Amino acid sequence: MELTERHVEGLKELLYKMADDLLILGHRNSEWTGLGPVLEEDIAFSSMAQDKLGQSLALFELLHELGENVPDIVAFTRNDKQFHNCHLVEMPIGEYDFSLARHFFYDHADALRFAMLERSSFEGLSMISRKFRGEIKYHTMHADVWMKQLSQGTEESKARMQSAINATFPLALGIFEEGEYEAELKEAGIFEGESALKHQWLEKVTSELKKHGYTLPAEKDVAPALGGRKGFHTEHLQPLLNEMSEVFQIDPGADW
Amino acid sequence: MIIKSLDPRITRAGIDDESKDGIQQPMDQWHTYEVFQQKKRGTHHVHVGSLHAPDAELAVLFAKEQYARRGQCVNLWVVKTSDVFTTEYEDEDIFATTPEKKYREPEVYKVMDRIQAYKAKQNT
Repeated sequence: MELTERHVEGLKELLYKMADDLLILGHRNSEWTGLGPVLEEDIAFSSMAQDKLGQSLALFELLHELGENVPDIVAFTRNDKQFHNCHLVEMPIGEYDFSLARHFFYDHADALRFAMLERSSFEGLSMISRKFRGEIKYHTMHADVWMKQLSQGTEESKARMQSAINATFPLALGIFEEGEYEAELKEAGIFEGESALKHQWLEKVTSELKKHGYTLPAEKDVAPALGGRKGFHTEHLQPLLNEMSEVFQIDPGADW
Repeated sequence: MIIKSLDPRITRAGIDDESKDGIQQPMDQWHTYEVFQQKKRGTHHVHVGSLHAPDAELAVLFAKEQYARRGQCVNLWVVKTSDVFTTEYEDEDIFATTPEKKYREPEVYKVMDRIQAYKAKQNT
């Protein structure tokens, strides 16, 4: 079908929130580099952080094809009000239990979203979704194995993961904050929508956590962290952006 | 005695097996695993290095990023280092005459002359 202006706006909104989530979480997770609990895990976690930056770049390139500025400008010159990432990804890394819980919740949502988008009518998006499938599969494998391991470690490891799950869940629900163009995206076959995605995700994370004896709080009992998609952020995002763009700002015209 | 391990990192650490420092507490030190990588289906798995992991499941997960994040890979094996049985370097002399046993290689068979002759005949 012929895309109207609203379809294109909706597509851009979808691409921006995905790219921003990946850019911010990629940056956050890279803060563990050199500090990971053991060398092997440090390497794996850092490598996945780089994967996320690569995925965000691919999405920013699609946005550029739709008329937005070049990826570097878009990534490094916006302020927090212009970012559309959810609150989950901008929170500081905290302790490793929080970072693992975030990794688990986010990457399952990411895997399901990209799996949906493999069927997207927007070819650029379906192409990169297929391209990143294996990479994202490893990310969810990694998250699942850690959930399992820590459930079988000690009393402390299990209790800490359970409390990280409880604390992270409301933030994770913010991933699925609906945008203005849900109907248009569905109509054009671009994206099946946040509510359908959330439904799949809840089923997936509930069954995965149950396997290892964890519980998930009931959705109705928690307040999802909303606002990120509309540019309302916590106090943690702007300092991250300042740090992330520090080198770029020294000489924005530099040729890398 | 200083602990000698297949893993050079452990040997380098110079841990005295008499000292209390060298005694592993449960959950304190992870095992080492040897990693074998297969670049193409049907080819041999080749030893690429070792790593620390609490069990085989995490060893495979770590091996993917540590040894297979660049270049071609279709499959990984991990084996607990302590499960590898090795020859002793002091018995290295059992291999001493190996390079001299040319008669075991097919190139020195007399039949090669006849094969070459047959090939030459086919080509004329």
